[in-house]
Amino acid sequence: MAFDKVLKNVINKCLKQPKLLRCLSTHFKHDIEDHVGSKIKWTSTLDFVSPDCFSPIPTYRVLDSRGNILNKFEEPAIENATLEKMYKDMILVNTMDKVLYESQRQGRISFYMTNYGEEATHMGSAAALDLNDLVYGQYREVGVLIWRGFTLSEIMNQCYGNCLDPGKGKQMPIHYGSKRLNFVTISSPLATQIPQAAGSAYALKNQNRVVMCYFGEGAASEGDAHAAFNFAATLDCPVIFFCRNNGYAISTPTEDQYRGDGIAVRGPGYGITTVRVDGNDVLAVYNATKAAREFCLERSKPVLIEALTYRVGHHSTSDDSTAYRSQKEVDERIQNDNPVKKLRLYLENKNLWNEEKEKEWLHLTKRNVLEAFNAAEKILLPKWTEMFTDVYGVIPHHLRKQMNEMEKHLENYRDHYPLEKYST
Amino acid sequence: MLQKNSICVKILKGVLKSKDGECRKILRRNAHFSFYPEKPPSGSTTKMNMFQAINNALDITLRTDESALVFGEDVAFGGVFRCTVDLQKKYGKSRVFNTPLCEQGIIGFGIGAAASGATSVAEIQFADYIFPAFDQIVNEAAKYRYRSGGEFNCGRLTIRAPCGAVGHGALYHSQSPEAYFAHTPGLKVVIPRGPIKAKGLLLSCIRDPNPCLVLEPKILYRAAVEEVPSGDYGTLIGKADVVQEGKDVTLIGWGTQFHVLMEVAQLAKEKFGISCEVIDLVSILPWDLDTVCNSVKKTGRVLISHEAPLTSGFGAEIAACIQEECFLHLQAPVARITGFDTPFPHIFEPFYLPTKWRCLEAVKNLIDY
Repeated sequence: MAFDKVLKNVINKCLKQPKLLRCLSTHFKHDIEDHVGSKIKWTSTLDFVSPDCFSPIPTYRVLDSRGNILNKFEEPAIENATLEKMYKDMILVNTMDKVLYESQRQGRISFYMTNYGEEATHMGSAAALDLNDLVYGQYREVGVLIWRGFTLSEIMNQCYGNCLDPGKGKQMPIHYGSKRLNFVTISSPLATQIPQAAGSAYALKNQNRVVMCYFGEGAASEGDAHAAFNFAATLDCPVIFFCRNNGYAISTPTEDQYRGDGIAVRGPGYGITTVRVDGNDVLAVYNATKAAREFCLERSKPVLIEALTYRVGHHSTSDDSTAYRSQKEVDERIQNDNPVKKLRLYLENKNLWNEEKEKEWLHLTKRNVLEAFNAAEKILLPKWTEMFTDVYGVIPHHLRKQMNEMEKHLENYRDHYPLEKYST
Repeated sequence: MLQKNSICVKILKGVLKSKDGECRKILRRNAHFSFYPEKPPSGSTTKMNMFQAINNALDITLRTDESALVFGEDVAFGGVFRCTVDLQKKYGKSRVFNTPLCEQGIIGFGIGAAASGATSVAEIQFADYIFPAFDQIVNEAAKYRYRSGGEFNCGRLTIRAPCGAVGHGALYHSQSPEAYFAHTPGLKVVIPRGPIKAKGLLLSCIRDPNPCLVLEPKILYRAAVEEVPSGDYGTLIGKADVVQEGKDVTLIGWGTQFHVLMEVAQLAKEKFGISCEVIDLVSILPWDLDTVCNSVKKTGRVLISHEAPLTSGFGAEIAACIQEECFLHLQAPVARITGFDTPFPHIFEPFYLPTKWRCLEAVKNLIDY
């Protein structure tokens, strides 16, 4: 078990230096030979490496569940205004989620996905990035957009697919994107954005920018995740892979998703510097992301962050999660490990927040959300001809012909189409 | 990887990679087609085979576009078909590089690089291995611009993939997957018939503001030699070539099959006195309906021929459109001579291919109808 001992030594060394990003891509200095690209150390003992040879990758925390700092050296120096914005944006996301979820239930928008329980992963990571950094998301990261300045109107316009939606109503609700905010438009196919993020990072190398790529632990099972980790490592791409491990992929619990030590343990296998953080601790997420960003820029290499959290809400408006998990499990999480509550306690300890501010902000956000929602609902949908634009840079001949055919058809059958909802 | 490569190596050693004339002679003797070179255009030209013309187009791209990247499996040492030879030496490892062996990764990476402003030329080693990247091509690359309302696009992405029969490529070194991609709005798909077209189309695709797929008939890499314009030029995407005019029957094909049809036209003339008009479709998506219909309206008879299987092959799309547009002009049903609805076989390749004899018979039947 000599090999195992060496590994344990390295792990212990890393553990003793919590500031250090966990780096399991170990470098042995003695008795090591090179063999066609592999480092080898001979042994005459037949020992299989089992998952039990390694202790679990520890989860980095800054705050305890009551919002107290565990180690004062780990407390990030974040300005008060920024801390307050983190909290306010979390509440904003919650309020917006509530309104949009309900409006879907009333049939006013076709679909919605809430962000309950994962607010700290959004705000902690977004705050540690530069606005110039390019972000690729999965779909449950609206807080990152809000942090960057995406307005409530922009959110509502996309969910309604009205005239003001830059996506021109072509995608389902919550598939946001913003060129202005360097947030690449979301698409439904899972994990496809991960190798794309690596490609973008390669193209943006040496421009003092990193690429941030979010995905869930379920998406990490896709082949594209494997492709991305390996490409990013071999091609030295300054990209942060940020995995939101919230315990479920729709109804599938993690024990049906993987049998290794989560997603983090895969990082070192690809030669990627990796860290696991408490995803309900906004300060831990912030510290990890900030350090990862610096690492990416300095070394032009990827970093993997696995943020452990819990999906408090249903998967989407098309899902009833009580069919596969107990309400008790959810309630316990909300009660005991709540990222919003944790930050609030921290802010209250610092005298940055109180009940009065809470009430005032709740009132204000609710009003703003409803205003934006009602305004978006009244705006006409884009003209039907927009259906044919942006397939290509320029509408090709054959497509123009199909558009003209539709135009003629509408002249004769216009009463059978909901034209009144669309611009002319 | 080893398996794939060992088969590649066999193919290369057996037919394509030989530098001596011996194998070239074998190729000529056994090939199911004769190459019909394009007329050399005026101006300065250089004699090149198709892989050299492609290499030349990539060289021009890397020289004229600082953002251009060329990548894929084994491209660094020059590529298993020599298309990228010397490019890494000339432009450095950061611009011409190997990727891990993972097609979905290659295209995903290429989309991201393109979306962030890098002209990305990705190589899939054989078109047969493009399917792992099907999701990235169809769901992502092709829909990038549409779904973002034009906020983001990956128009700077070009995918190159060797396709088509090669004599003994069997199931996974012979496929012609163009029809799968023809059903994908947002994508452009082209297939060159020789070096001149290969260079022009590749340069046009690389500069086109849409993601493009260039399917290169691998049997032509060495077999096709032409006087290729030395300079920088483009070939219009979406435009078919009427290469030989005729009045009795229109023959439509692309890639290697174009050359088969040229020979069929010659045979039809010699044996039956039939005058054939031969069209190289060049571009599969978007395709040149007008040129095809003008020809069919003139001749009243049409044969479409491709190596890919019959059912839902691209010939079906052309046939349906001809039927719509030229109904009153047709004097016989549209004929399709294609590969059979089987996987592409090894030892049976001579019987699988839409040979000149099968095509000739079809032309005769069209006239006799």
